[in-house]
Amino acid sequence: MGLIARHAEAAGIPTLCMGSALDILKAGKPPRAAFLDYPLGHTTGKPHEPELQREILRQALEGFNSLTVPGSIKMLPFRWSEEDEWKLTAMSTGDSRTPRHDTPQYQTEEDRRLAEASNPAACPVCEVSA
Amino acid sequence: MQPPVEYITRIRDNYAKLGYKPYQWVMNESTPPWTPLRKPLSECRLGLVASGGIYVTGQVAFHFKDDVSFRTIPTTVKTSDLRTAHFAYDQTDARRDPNVVFPIDTLRRLVKEGFIGELADHFYTFMGGIYSSRRVAEELAPQLTERLLAERVDIALLVPV
Repeated sequence: MGLIARHAEAAGIPTLCMGSALDILKAGKPPRAAFLDYPLGHTTGKPHEPELQREILRQALEGFNSLTVPGSIKMLPFRWSEEDEWKLTAMSTGDSRTPRHDTPQYQTEEDRRLAEASNPAACPVCEVSA
Repeated sequence: MQPPVEYITRIRDNYAKLGYKPYQWVMNESTPPWTPLRKPLSECRLGLVASGGIYVTGQVAFHFKDDVSFRTIPTTVKTSDLRTAHFAYDQTDARRDPNVVFPIDTLRRLVKEGFIGELADHFYTFMGGIYSSRRVAEELAPQLTERLLAERVDIALLVPV
C-alpha cells in the first residue's frame, strides 16, 4: 500500500495509510501513516464495536492535521487486550495462509452463482475490474 | 506490553516452509512525496482504498495468485452485501463486520457527524499479497490514482490488511 500511497500523493492527493503491521508500514514509508497495534484483519477496529471503530478512525484521520513530516507514523493509543497474548500466537503459529488458487475464491456459493450469471466471461484470472 | 509483531520475518519464514519463492518487501528508503491539505477535514471529500479483498455480492471475487485487479464499491452499498476473499488473514471477523477492514459505516457516520465533509461516490478494493511490485507500481497504483482523481477526492484513506 506504500507504493499506492506515494503514487496518489505525488499526483496531488494527500493520503493517510493505516496499518497493523508496524514493520511493513515502516518499509513502505507512506507519506502519512497511523499504526493500530491489533491482530491482522482488524486494521480499523474490532467487530461490532461501532464506538471504538469511530474513535479509532477519528484519531487516525486527525493525522491529516497533526502529521507534518513526510514518512511519519502516528501511534494510535488502542490495545487489543490487556496482556497482548495474541502477539505470542501471531509469532508462533504456523501458516494460516490458504493455497494461492488462481480462480475466484467466493465467500459463498450464492456469490459465485450471482457473479457468473452477470459476468459470463468471468474468467478465472480476470485482469479487469468488475 | 509486548512489542509490535515482526511480520516481515514471520511471513518470510512461513513462505520458505511452504516452498514459495521469497516475497520481496518493498523497502522505500527515500522521503515520500507530500501534498498539503487544502481545506479542513470537515470540508474534505474522502476517498478510500482498502486491500482486505472486499467485494460486493454479484461481483467477481479475488483469486489468490498475483491478482492485480480491483473492485469498485459504491459508497451507498448495503453493508450486508459486502464479502471478503483473501488468502492471508483470518477473515472471520471481517465477514461478521466488514468495518474492521473496510470502515464504510464508520465513515458514513463521521460524515453525518460533520467530522469529514463527504465520501466519494465509490471506494476501491483489491487483495494485496502481490508478488510483482513492478505490476503494483506500473498498473495498480496508477489505475487507483486515476480513479481517486476522477472521484475528485480531497484526501485518501488507505486501509491495508
